Amino acid sequence: MSEKHYVSAAPFDPQSAERLDPAQEKYYLASRRRLIWWKLKRHKLAVWCGFILLLMYGSTLISEWIAPYYYQTRYSDQIYTPPQKLHLFHKGEFVGPFVYGNKFNLNMDTLKREYVPDLNRVEKIRFFCKGDPYKFWNWLPSEFHLFCPAEGKTMFLFGTDRLGRDMFSRIIYGARISLLIGLGGIAVSLFLGLLLGGLAGYYGGWIDSVIQRITEIIRSFPELPLWMALSAILPVTWSPLLVFFGITVILALLDWTGLARSVRSKLLALREEDYCTAARLMGAQPGRIISKHLLPGFSSHIIASATLSIPGMILGETALSFLGLGLRPPITSWGVLLNEAQNINVVALYPWLILPVVPVIVIILAFNFFGDGLRDAADPYK
Amino acid sequence: MIHYVIKRILMMIPTLLVISFIVFVIIQLPPGDYLETYIAELESQGESVDPDKIAYLRKEYGLDQPFMLQYFNWVKGFASGNFGYSFEFDLPVNEVVGDKIWLTILVSVVTIMFTWLIAFPIGIYSATHQYSWGDYGLSLVGFIGLATPNFLLALIMLYLANRWFGTSIGGLMDPQFLDQPWTWAKLKSVLEHLWIPVIVIGTSGTAGMIRRIRANLLDELDKQYVLTGKAKGLAPGKLLRKYPLRMAMNFFIADIGSLLPSIISGAEVTAIVLSLPTTGPMLLTALQSQDMYLAGTFLMFLASLTVIGMLVSDLLLAWLDPRIRLQGEVVQ
Repeated sequence: MSEKHYVSAAPFDPQSAERLDPAQEKYYLASRRRLIWWKLKRHKLAVWCGFILLLMYGSTLISEWIAPYYYQTRYSDQIYTPPQKLHLFHKGEFVGPFVYGNKFNLNMDTLKREYVPDLNRVEKIRFFCKGDPYKFWNWLPSEFHLFCPAEGKTMFLFGTDRLGRDMFSRIIYGARISLLIGLGGIAVSLFLGLLLGGLAGYYGGWIDSVIQRITEIIRSFPELPLWMALSAILPVTWSPLLVFFGITVILALLDWTGLARSVRSKLLALREEDYCTAARLMGAQPGRIISKHLLPGFSSHIIASATLSIPGMILGETALSFLGLGLRPPITSWGVLLNEAQNINVVALYPWLILPVVPVIVIILAFNFFGDGLRDAADPYK
Repeated sequence: MIHYVIKRILMMIPTLLVISFIVFVIIQLPPGDYLETYIAELESQGESVDPDKIAYLRKEYGLDQPFMLQYFNWVKGFASGNFGYSFEFDLPVNEVVGDKIWLTILVSVVTIMFTWLIAFPIGIYSATHQYSWGDYGLSLVGFIGLATPNFLLALIMLYLANRWFGTSIGGLMDPQFLDQPWTWAKLKSVLEHLWIPVIVIGTSGTAGMIRRIRANLLDELDKQYVLTGKAKGLAPGKLLRKYPLRMAMNFFIADIGSLLPSIISGAEVTAIVLSLPTTGPMLLTALQSQDMYLAGTFLMFLASLTVIGMLVSDLLLAWLDPRIRLQGEVVQ
């Protein structure tokens, strides 16, 4: 064959026209996941909030160790103790973390219990110690705590409630339920949202319109009254654990609509993309198209919107339990703790009983900022 | 326009019907009915229960009828303003409800006004001064408002209002005006009490609205026509007022639809904590005692309020934006 046109024998070099420097090359070759991570890392606030979330969720794994007391231990002679301050120095001398012991006095005029710190009683905190017995994750009996009060003494960093139970320990234990209900709720809601949103987006037509109408109607209900109505349905005879699952499902039942909407709109948009048409023309099956081409395209968005809807559920549980319609003792969540602070006298006399609201606010803010950062990072090619 | 309005109003009817059905299913779901609760209560007090009387009551209230028939009877009554019978109060529901519904509407409308008054200027400021200290500060305040549970804010505000201003605790008016006809003095008392629930309920909605106004206005500010206006020497204030602000108004109006459910939700819990004479506290007790028609009427009313709110927002949008009017649907 005669040499009609010239073919270079040298191996093909895609960078011959424009050479990439190593940093650029790293960027162009990075996987999608890596790009999202790089973009998220630039959002300082989101990273910090993610760290806080990790800490809080991590703490629920070892609640029993962190809490100095078991959450149901009562000190009947120490009810409504105000929070004790943590000190490091006694009379200008460093002694390590300690609290001053309380002097108790019943005011005979107002019948109010008064606790005054006694500046002579230095009660040093012990670390890695044996204290209240408990069952680790309701299973392994143990007495180990990260820190406990001085031998034979008490220490209530956040005060005690009307039965003399340590608020700090109760808040630590409450985190487990409050945080878990957010995750459980989002799992159910994600399942419903992906299923129904996916059906609507992939099939379109009448299935789409029916699902659309259903979501519109559910969205037009004010959430909380409907949650109240649904949780009033849960029979009184149910065990607290069953009620916990019931509430989780109820929270999710009204929440999936937002996720379904975003799944649907993303699916509708991505279905028309050129790469999707290309895959179809090359004979890819629907299953492959969905899992290989569509799902990676919107999973990051779905994770971001799921993150943003967890705080609503945590707040919902808190409100329901506060009203007495949600979880029932002995299951302890932040909402159940706030149930004690139902009237204005509590705010006036025992303001430390509203302390459980602090972790609620922190976790909601953290989820919001982290979710915002995640949403910005979800589309790293922008 | 007329065509669109009629179409939109007609679309509301099936929605309301479906909602009424869901509400009825929910209030019917708990095992047993009010009479069973009632019998248990009497028995716990050691009183004997006459089975004939119970059978009579059951027939009288229609509790022995099949589910669908009960539902149709209930819905049929709506047209003539008959919402069923409250077992707990032994009165027709409309008499129990009284002016609670109007007070709920009053609190909600004033809260929406408050939300707009606060959110609109702050949203515009945050968007035009993006990444300034003011923007960060206001966003933070907004976020904290979003994250604090309404009921707790209500408790704290109640305490502070009582301590600093001596406003009587709870309620929407001073006690002597309860069940009195409306007078100027009563109105004044209501206005004095109204600000606490309005602020408490408004905070969470305001925060969300500020963020949405900011985001939408920022999108508009990035567009070419703003740059063109600037290049042609339009004064910044006039430029903002004339173009991007009007575009962002669309989202602002459309937002009523999402604002209303959240305001009504917030209003219910807040009302329970503040013991406002609105639907909140009574809904809670009705749900707890299975007073089904009363609870159902409240749920139905709250849902209708949001449906009507969305209708108003759609009509306003259509009036504001010719694209929607002509194409007959909301452009997203």
